[in-house]
Amino acid sequence: MKLIAAMSGGVDSAVAAARAVEAGHEVIGVHLALSSNPQKYRSGARGCCTIEDSHDARRAADVIGIPFYIWDMAEEFHDGVVEDFLAEYAAGRTPNPCLRCNEKIKFAAVLDRARAMGFDGVVTGHYARTQISDSGKTLHRAVDHSKDQSYVLSVLTVEQIEGAIFPLGDTTKVDIRKEAEARGLAVAQKPDSHDICFVPSGDNAGWLRDRLGSEVGPIVDQDGTKIGEHKGAYTYTIGQRKGLGLTVPTADGSPRFVLKIEPVSNTVVVGAREDLAVSMMRGERPVWCGPAVTSDPHRGFVQVRAHGAALPCSYFFDGTLLIAQLDEPLLGLATGQAMVIYDGDRVVGSATICETA
Amino acid sequence: MSSIYLDHAATTPMVEEALIAMTAQLARIGNPSSLHTHGRATRKALEDAREIIAKEVGCLPSEVIFTASGTEANNTALKGLYWKGRDNGRNVVVISAIEHHAILDPAHWLQEHEGAEVILIPVNAEGVIDLEFLTQLVATRGDEIAVISVMHANNETGVIQPIGKVVEIAGEIPVHTDAVQSFKKIPLSFADLGVYAMSLSAHKIGGPLGIGALILRRTVEIPALLHGGGQEREIRSGTLNAPSIVGFAAAAKSRYYDSAHVKALRDSFIEGIAINVPGAVINGLQSDRLPGIINVTFPGTQSDTLLLLMDGQKISCSTGSACSAGVHEASHVLLAMGRTEATAQSSLRFSFGATSTYADCDYVVSVLPDVITKGRAANFS
Repeated sequence: MKLIAAMSGGVDSAVAAARAVEAGHEVIGVHLALSSNPQKYRSGARGCCTIEDSHDARRAADVIGIPFYIWDMAEEFHDGVVEDFLAEYAAGRTPNPCLRCNEKIKFAAVLDRARAMGFDGVVTGHYARTQISDSGKTLHRAVDHSKDQSYVLSVLTVEQIEGAIFPLGDTTKVDIRKEAEARGLAVAQKPDSHDICFVPSGDNAGWLRDRLGSEVGPIVDQDGTKIGEHKGAYTYTIGQRKGLGLTVPTADGSPRFVLKIEPVSNTVVVGAREDLAVSMMRGERPVWCGPAVTSDPHRGFVQVRAHGAALPCSYFFDGTLLIAQLDEPLLGLATGQAMVIYDGDRVVGSATICETA
Repeated sequence: MSSIYLDHAATTPMVEEALIAMTAQLARIGNPSSLHTHGRATRKALEDAREIIAKEVGCLPSEVIFTASGTEANNTALKGLYWKGRDNGRNVVVISAIEHHAILDPAHWLQEHEGAEVILIPVNAEGVIDLEFLTQLVATRGDEIAVISVMHANNETGVIQPIGKVVEIAGEIPVHTDAVQSFKKIPLSFADLGVYAMSLSAHKIGGPLGIGALILRRTVEIPALLHGGGQEREIRSGTLNAPSIVGFAAAAKSRYYDSAHVKALRDSFIEGIAINVPGAVINGLQSDRLPGIINVTFPGTQSDTLLLLMDGQKISCSTGSACSAGVHEASHVLLAMGRTEATAQSSLRFSFGATSTYADCDYVVSVLPDVITKGRAANFS
């Protein structure tokens, strides 16, 4: 096949590209320039935005022996990922930008462009697997569950999965680093990226404050009684306990947690730990990574954070929303996050959480 | 199909004479500044080279100042002439809007760090500088201008600029010209042009990388960028790179470049494009151009996509314009010619050289239609 390998400058995408070449594919490396004003050097643990990263990617492509290009996706990234991130926070939700990037950039803008240019698909260094079954190509968890990235890939449609190649899904991260070393790739020991790539400082709250302003507002308890003040509601997350700055203690001295963020009234609602419990969630804009979910309840697992646990549940689709009923309640769940349904290690589909109870 | 090299404006294959001369010199020891036997031998080789280059460019040997690149020659000339002028109360730097980054960027640096006022001479739709603008500028502000720098021929479009006229208009104002693309491609004489300074580069004429020259009138003193041992009229200190200089001279002396042949190739290529890729536009077609450079806009495409697809067909060509962090930018040359941002991002530069053949030309023309079709399909912006 003729493939485009998306190369971030990190170890995973470099090995993925090398493996695709070894599998006999015709591969061209592409680094996505996602910032129109990139920093020169990496600072902290970010993995896709600096000029240094693009040099690392180029060097890896040269060592592997494949052509290398930089594609300017800064505008698409800004409109599809950064703006969405800001809008979601402004609406009191907690988005996952990596998911949006996969949905709108890597397996949309890049895959579409690749296909138009006569390529068959896109190779990435994501830890996930695909399998061919009777119902077509399906998406599965990586063998290395601690590195599994199927969660952030759960927004891919069947057609996108069709064009996605994940060569690393059968290997552990430790072995990938060893393989990179053996292949002579200088990025073998490059640190993993953790933070949000477009927040250079790693200070999400500060970054949001700079862009959304920081309007002081009330922190209230569940009765609506004001017990403190906050400096910008979107810098809080559901389930947060620390940094609330509350001086009025609860009657029994138990700690308070953020239960709810109300952007319209700029209010943060706090309460007891047990009030965080969620046993049902609804998600909008569902995407099916294989056969569509029906209104018949099925048994499976739902995961609500990138590296969270798979929680046993029953799930069904009511025609508009994806609904999951948990066997055991979960503490603290923010709207805006993705709920991803698994059938064993197969990704069934996902939706954006809009309601919890 | 072996790969096809149509990027001679970026760099050229080394001519055999240069390769032989350079490798022989690499094996010889001696610092040209040393007074002993070894030093004298190196100095002899080096000064022979200087005389050859002087003869080829129509200047005196003492007017040749060796540098490490055309970029260094441009920086030395522009900054040096500006500082010299500023000492006499002249603070304006005049350059054309289509200069190479090796002039644009030092000019902007002078503006930001040295307080210079930079004025750009516009060009017309065919890529030629506006002489009327320059005439007016010199008439109204001539006594403020420290230096005028206009390239001899543009590296993206190949359009030749009227430097003789610029010198005439400039009168006593020092004129510098970046002749990196013109040298050995079209007739070029430093003395006949009447400029103060001119920049050359060896690797564009079949010589080695990493060596260039600033040709500077022998009576003109400018401040140095590099201070040290006082070599090269104390304008460019540093032990001279004798092997590269010898290679440079061998390339300059070589008669390998046949302008008529290259021009005929280019014209047949233009004809092929006109027949095979309807809608393609040759930029600067109505102007006098260098024999080897052709710049084509393919409407509805993006040049970086085209480059990838051409590379996939084993054809090396270029956008001709700069990259910022590897991201292709709209060509400032095409923008200056009045093209839109989209048009300026959808052009390719093909540059033919002495080693180019009709077979290269035919092959590129044969794959272009498919490349352009795919390029258009992949352009979602």
